[in-house]
Amino acid sequence: MDLPALLGASLEDSGVSHPVTAVLLNFRSYDTLLEIGVLVIAGIAGISLASTPSLEDPELRSSDALLHALLRWFVPLMLMLAAYLLWAGSYRPGGAFQAGAVLAGTGVLMRLGGLPMDFIRPKLLLRGGLVLGFAVFLLVAVTGAVSGSAFLAYPEHAAGALIFTIEIGLTLSIGMILLALFVAAPVSEGSEPEEGDES
Amino acid sequence: MSVHLLYALAGVFLCGIGLAGFVALRHLLRQLLAFNVVGSGCFLILVGLAQHHRGPDPVPQALVLTGIVVSIAATALAIVLIRRYFHLTGRTSLDGGPAAGGQTAGPSGNTAE
Repeated sequence: MDLPALLGASLEDSGVSHPVTAVLLNFRSYDTLLEIGVLVIAGIAGISLASTPSLEDPELRSSDALLHALLRWFVPLMLMLAAYLLWAGSYRPGGAFQAGAVLAGTGVLMRLGGLPMDFIRPKLLLRGGLVLGFAVFLLVAVTGAVSGSAFLAYPEHAAGALIFTIEIGLTLSIGMILLALFVAAPVSEGSEPEEGDES
Repeated sequence: MSVHLLYALAGVFLCGIGLAGFVALRHLLRQLLAFNVVGSGCFLILVGLAQHHRGPDPVPQALVLTGIVVSIAATALAIVLIRRYFHLTGRTSLDGGPAAGGQTAGPSGNTAE
């Protein structure tokens, strides 16, 4: 039996009805676990290399009136789109990564428009958000291993709910990591005094 | 020749362009872009070749989805590193030469920074 036929035959056991989501979060969830690990490492490295201490520079804000007017429409719409993509991932194309990308785009738009974003400061909340998805994923995986079955094996009756829980955590974390990486590369001129001295 | 094979061949073509750019260009941002073109070509090959008689194969699609996210994170991290490098040294390439561009082609060899 070749691989796609095998996947189709065991799709009912996966807890979701879309094959790509089933592969990502059930049959090959090792890949996804390591992927979010890579993302967390990249995010932490990006934040630690950030040259602005506050990550919230008022000089970087745009004062475009059109952008401000659009933001009031776009931000709720994009948040709703992200929630829909997350929810739809279990039975049609969509899922945590697309939703996280939309969340990050919303954050970039909010930052460029100058909306206050306290959670992006390098404090406990940002760190917690960065590792949330990885932590939830790892917790589920270890719980499966401790309770007698294999590492990353979900109990059959709760597979769908567990996958959705993991996807919520992944979405928040991916959005925050991508946003943090954007924020960590400021678009200002090279005006940081401690670096200008060395060059 | 099926249309999926065409996708895969386009991916091979993209890989070639990206590799040539990665070797030929010296500006770090251009090299990063060329590297991303190579990555996109690889994804296109994977998705294009992985077809079977009942439609697309979900396993390589899921792997490509994983790869896209990782490549975005790697690209963002590389941009952060390149900006840091530029701020610290004033150079935009890894050569020993002076600032900005070296032998990159095109009229806008320097960045707008």
